[in-house]
Amino acid sequence: MNTIHEVIKTLRFTEGQSLLELIYLIASVLFVFGLKMLSKPDTAKKGNLWAAFGMSFAIVGTILFHRVDGEPIRHIPLILLAFAIGATAGWIIARRVKMTAMPQLVSLFNGMGGACAALIALMEFPHIDAAGGVPYGQLITIMPGVMIGTVSFTGSMIAFGKLNGNIGDLRTKALRPVNILLLMIMLSLIVWVMVRPDVHADGHIGAWPVYLLLGLSAIYGVLFVMPIGGADMPVVISLLNSFTGLAAAFGGFLYHNQAMLTGGILVGSAGTILTVLMCNAMNRSLINVIAGAFGGGGAPQTKEAGTVKEISVNDTAVLLAYSKKVIVVPGYGLAVAQAQHLCNEMVKLLEEHGVEVQFAIHPVAGRMPGHMNVLLAEADVPYDKLKEMDEINPELPNTDVVVVIGANDVVNPAAEDDPSSPIYGMPIIRAHTARNIIVMKRGMGKGYADIENFLFYDPKTRMLFGNAKDSLQKLIEEIKNL
Amino acid sequence: MSEVFEFLYVNREMLFIVALSVLLGIEVISHVPAVLHTPLMSGANAIHGVVIVGAIIVMGHAHSTSAIVLGFFAVILGTLNVVGGFVVTDRMLEMFRKKPGKK
Repeated sequence: MNTIHEVIKTLRFTEGQSLLELIYLIASVLFVFGLKMLSKPDTAKKGNLWAAFGMSFAIVGTILFHRVDGEPIRHIPLILLAFAIGATAGWIIARRVKMTAMPQLVSLFNGMGGACAALIALMEFPHIDAAGGVPYGQLITIMPGVMIGTVSFTGSMIAFGKLNGNIGDLRTKALRPVNILLLMIMLSLIVWVMVRPDVHADGHIGAWPVYLLLGLSAIYGVLFVMPIGGADMPVVISLLNSFTGLAAAFGGFLYHNQAMLTGGILVGSAGTILTVLMCNAMNRSLINVIAGAFGGGGAPQTKEAGTVKEISVNDTAVLLAYSKKVIVVPGYGLAVAQAQHLCNEMVKLLEEHGVEVQFAIHPVAGRMPGHMNVLLAEADVPYDKLKEMDEINPELPNTDVVVVIGANDVVNPAAEDDPSSPIYGMPIIRAHTARNIIVMKRGMGKGYADIENFLFYDPKTRMLFGNAKDSLQKLIEEIKNL
Repeated sequence: MSEVFEFLYVNREMLFIVALSVLLGIEVISHVPAVLHTPLMSGANAIHGVVIVGAIIVMGHAHSTSAIVLGFFAVILGTLNVVGGFVVTDRMLEMFRKKPGKK
């Protein structure tokens, strides 16, 4: 029979500690309910509040009742000060930022959580007492905690910079072997510390492997996200989100803290599923995304581009107002131009002319799944007008005019008929099957996948160049004058 | 090898929680409509801010100045994650409120 050093001690507890476990239980249940309610449109807002309620419960409970060997939480004024600083900053940032910048913001906050998890693990390492034998349990929670938290932090910061337009893509295949090597080194470092820890005479373990791991993880996080194309950023953020969940769960293991454990694992698994759902929406495998195949591709263009035909605002207005059925395909360009309100205004005008208008939302329209729905909901577009891709595609051949506003890759027919295209196989909104296509665009620039869009050269397509906001403004005037 | 078994034995209850939570997480969000992907990701993002509990524990039992300083930062970072996450999610969902009767 083996003996276990970690549990051979008298367990002392206070009523408060017992109460705290109950509080953690309630918080965990609230997290589950919150997440469940968040996945239904009707209850989502309440779900968020329930989860927030559970969180405040867990935080207050910890401050009041947490004990280590009977010692209560100290430095409470400092903790409250830090809390006040973080809460104020978080509140202001979250309230002020434009709706188009939401994906960056989620990435930023995710990075903060990752950094927090890494810091905790880092600070716990010197406390490891190996005098009575190496505590493998603590090592195996601290080392991966440092690694995952740090990768999540630097990765999220790069993702933030990319979505914000501060950082470009680094499209090189050379990074792939470097990344794999780096990952191998980090994993072996963890194994090495487990197998041969550098135990000092005073029972502490030499901390240098942790700092080395910290440095390597920081580099890995950067290199991991750098080669991934901007179009895949939502998937990456979702993945990093579940990473941070894992890092939090490792913290839960470390402190035997059930709230951290359940909260972290829930997000870890839910985040992973969400990542897979997003990949499915783009018909791409997670491995492909991580390998940066999108950015690295750049397949040669074989077809002749042909010429594009422009259309005037006046003609567009006439064409739209005398159609029976119009479908709007909004994209990131609409969001960037902040033109969602004008777009809704135009739709209302058209409906007064007896035109049937619907919106076709590609699963990854905008920069994140569901992002476009949020933006259009902000502009009071009725929920039942938003149609998902699979729902709208069969209707497109019977549509008089498709208006593509600031979207590009999601309507690129190359995804269906050009096997050499990097986006081949991605489900698209089949705008090219409609009777007429109007593309509102600032110029002939390429989309996020950086490939030519042959929809623009289709004989049925007319281009209306200009900023989406200006074009829509003029269009509204023209329709009013009809 | 015995260390592995030791670890499994000591943490047996935690491992149960992990396994069941993984399944629960998958089950809870597997039927989410695409519309809610972004708010859901944001909400989940706020929930993993529970790591702040760990930050409070570290900070609350810190003895050296350096630990207090690091703990202070950890609490700030965790709070940013929690408060920012929930407020952003709320703001996103605010926009769904006025929509008329969704089945």
